[in-house]
Amino acid sequence: MTIANTAITPEIVAEHGLTPDEYDRVLDIMGREPTLTELGIFSVMWSEHCSYKSSRVWLKKFPTERPWVIQGPGENAGVIDIGDGLAAIFKIESHNHPSFIEPYQGAATGVGGILRDVFTMGARPIANLNALRFGAPDHPKTKHLVSGVVAGIGGYGNCVGVPTVAGETEFDPAYNGNILVNAMTVGLARADRIFYAKAAGIGNPVVYVGAKTGRDGIHGATMASAEFNEDSEEKRPTVQVGDPFTEKLLIEACLELMAEDAIVAIQDMGAAGLTSSSVEMSDKGGTGIDLDLDKVPVREEGMTAYEIMLSESQERMLMVLKPEATEKARAIMEKWELDYAEIGFVTDTGRLRLSKDGEIKADIPVQPLVSQSPVYDRPYLPTPPRAVLAPEETTAPGDLMQALVRLMGGPNLSSRRWIWEQYDHLIMGDTAIRPGGDASVVRVRDTDKALALSVDCTPRYCYADPVQGGRQAVAECWRNITATGAQPLAMTDNLNFGNPERPEIMGQFAGCVVGMAEACDVLDFPVIGGNVSLYNETAGQAILPTPVVGGVGVLDDIEKRVPIAYGAEGLTLIEIGANTGWLGSSRYLRDIEGEDKGAPPPVDLALERKTGDAVRGLIADGLIEACHDISDGGVLVAVTEMALASRIGADIAPDAALPLHAWAFGEDQARYVVATNAPDTVIERLAALDIPATSLGKTGGTTLTVGSGMTISLDSVAEAHEGFFPTLMGE
Amino acid sequence: MKSSILVFPGTNRERDVAHALVRAGSAEPAYVWHHDTSLPPSDLIVVPGGFAHGDYLRCGAMAARSPIMPAVIEAAAKGVPILGICNGFQVLCESGLLPGALMRNAALKFVCRDVTLEVATSDSPFTHSLAKGHRMTVPVAHHDGNYFADPETLKALEDGDRVAFRYVDNPNGSINDIAGILSENRRVLGMMPHPENATDPKIGRIDGQGLFTAIATALEGAAA
Repeated sequence: MTIANTAITPEIVAEHGLTPDEYDRVLDIMGREPTLTELGIFSVMWSEHCSYKSSRVWLKKFPTERPWVIQGPGENAGVIDIGDGLAAIFKIESHNHPSFIEPYQGAATGVGGILRDVFTMGARPIANLNALRFGAPDHPKTKHLVSGVVAGIGGYGNCVGVPTVAGETEFDPAYNGNILVNAMTVGLARADRIFYAKAAGIGNPVVYVGAKTGRDGIHGATMASAEFNEDSEEKRPTVQVGDPFTEKLLIEACLELMAEDAIVAIQDMGAAGLTSSSVEMSDKGGTGIDLDLDKVPVREEGMTAYEIMLSESQERMLMVLKPEATEKARAIMEKWELDYAEIGFVTDTGRLRLSKDGEIKADIPVQPLVSQSPVYDRPYLPTPPRAVLAPEETTAPGDLMQALVRLMGGPNLSSRRWIWEQYDHLIMGDTAIRPGGDASVVRVRDTDKALALSVDCTPRYCYADPVQGGRQAVAECWRNITATGAQPLAMTDNLNFGNPERPEIMGQFAGCVVGMAEACDVLDFPVIGGNVSLYNETAGQAILPTPVVGGVGVLDDIEKRVPIAYGAEGLTLIEIGANTGWLGSSRYLRDIEGEDKGAPPPVDLALERKTGDAVRGLIADGLIEACHDISDGGVLVAVTEMALASRIGADIAPDAALPLHAWAFGEDQARYVVATNAPDTVIERLAALDIPATSLGKTGGTTLTVGSGMTISLDSVAEAHEGFFPTLMGE
Repeated sequence: MKSSILVFPGTNRERDVAHALVRAGSAEPAYVWHHDTSLPPSDLIVVPGGFAHGDYLRCGAMAARSPIMPAVIEAAAKGVPILGICNGFQVLCESGLLPGALMRNAALKFVCRDVTLEVATSDSPFTHSLAKGHRMTVPVAHHDGNYFADPETLKALEDGDRVAFRYVDNPNGSINDIAGILSENRRVLGMMPHPENATDPKIGRIDGQGLFTAIATALEGAAA
């Protein structure tokens, strides 16, 4: 056979998003001009998305190891030991650009992709989460995007039968031209039955299963279709289309096959499809792979090697099987009505060799393709610090309770019920704490254990001070898990930023990573996987730096969980942690006063650790009826959220030493509100640890009262709180 | 009690209902694949929730024509109790074992929330131990749960005391607030809500357990 040849011009190189230097490196590795298919493979493997070329030097800073980490970054998903021979497997991933272009399919395929990353490793997915960011509510595209994204996430997750249990949604004009859709999946597996992507066994068959390959998603990010195609119609990139029904079959078929002794290695075909899956499997195994592309199940006639390798058709998996297991595997795939094709075998050549129509279409040394991918230590400009804003320098609202209602009924603190009621959050029957609280709690089937799950980020803090914002994103997630009584164990990160070639954006990135890494270390909350999404900007307008943290914690006894709803009258509400009335970069300033100023609250990580560990201890000892972390909107918003969840009012007293609005809406970190029957014991135990604890007042009644005389009916707050989304969506 | 749970490609609540049955004292249920043409000996057949065949075409339409369905219809004719939940209810309507149809929710959106149901009749193996008027809070999770029947059918259902459950706060626009209906011989129940997801005290939802306990006692009584 001969190597197929197409002349590679500088224009074709540029269309593939490779710089001249990068192309020189390709020529070095190949020792000749690459074929078009080879160029396409280098292009996707060296894309920012697959190679992490701008971020890799920084990602090394994350702590990734702790005794309970079974698998850190580098596999399809991270794995932690949760005891009793069980492992939790999870990861978060972005689908930002496709969701902006086509919100339903973009969001749906985002969910599908992250589900595959998790069940590829042998886990049954048990929970989905998502972190969404949209532009201003009154931006003309926002309503359409919200409606499509939410329907897409629901449409996919509901059909595959995995509950969507938690998430966060934020609105800010910075996302007008670039929304964020980050999806996370958590799965469970036996700790001794984890599947990896390491190809092994020379001569073992390489098997393709799942849906057929079509022309969808080919090279969407880098290719301008018309210029270099002989048949431009055939190479037009299109948004991928998800089929959750096929995904459901694929989950069941893979789990059934995994119960057999059949699989050597397995990798889903996600971004860069067959290319990245075959390259990663052979690279990890130190082997080569030969593929006969004529054997790939295709949806359309006349697909070229280039198209087959770069297609991002959904719901596909690549496996290396034990040779004696192929008939069993074929039978299982046939039962589930999925395509099964032996398309190649593992070799000892260290090369990825692709043939089609009797020609060699590509012959690339795998190891240099992966290890010599470009790495950029891009110049960065640290974000200049902001002045600290004293509480007295901020504007007080005319009426505290009216400001509270505006916040609770505003875009960012209103109820997300409109969203999560479109997600099946109860399927599997294990959802013990539903969306709408801090972390959601999902039981580990057939045990008394549960997982606590949360996704968090406060982008306005990251914008004002990336290091503190990075710390805070990790700390808030850790706090949310703690507030249910669970022990936070590990996290996955989704780093959403603008163009890394701009030093100020790279400065945001670097600062956030440094802050996050510090927090992970002090909180023993390692990073076990994640995703970087750069170039999130439109017409030079970057998004706010948004490093989303998705955390998993474990609760040994599900009956010890606490919700945010206090559920009874006459309980004492206690604020744990120090309130200095910190309003810099607060939700209050941004949403009520329309001001974006002041340094964000500093995060004292040792104090976070000490306070959180103490709160968890109080919960474990049964002293706490309800617990809520204090974050956006401060202590008054936290108490109001607890009251709304409880449908029981509260009567609380402010701290006379602070301006009223600063006490109410200040966002000092390392704080919680708890409701207890044993206030004296709680306060004594915290005092012994030098942790400030202040009795705020009591639960009861149908109103929310602050100090003497500031009262509002809970019903009127609830009406504003529940009204925002239906009004926005025109219902 | 021996139960069989049908599994179509896309069924996704089969394990949920199996757990509820086991909690109510059933032996481990048998999962019956849609391609099978016969059922194991069954005191109860369950058609569980999900998206059989992706709900492509029309919810339940393809599943209702599965190879297993003639055996189900035959069992129904012999009086074997059949419980269809959510997608299972849709399958039973499509297969002709129950009248009427389930249309897209009035709000046109998927809805997952707790609803309060009122038991509308105690006269069935599924509700015999639940008092008429008894209220229970169980979740719904569906996109197409808006029950509809023509006036004649509806009259037959109402006159025949064949409405099993009604919504207190109708989440989907169902006619006459109907959440579940019985066949003419009262031994086939189709319902949209998910009692199986409210059967576990450790999770904090238990109102659905009564239905499964009722089934278990009815069938044990019949066997004894």
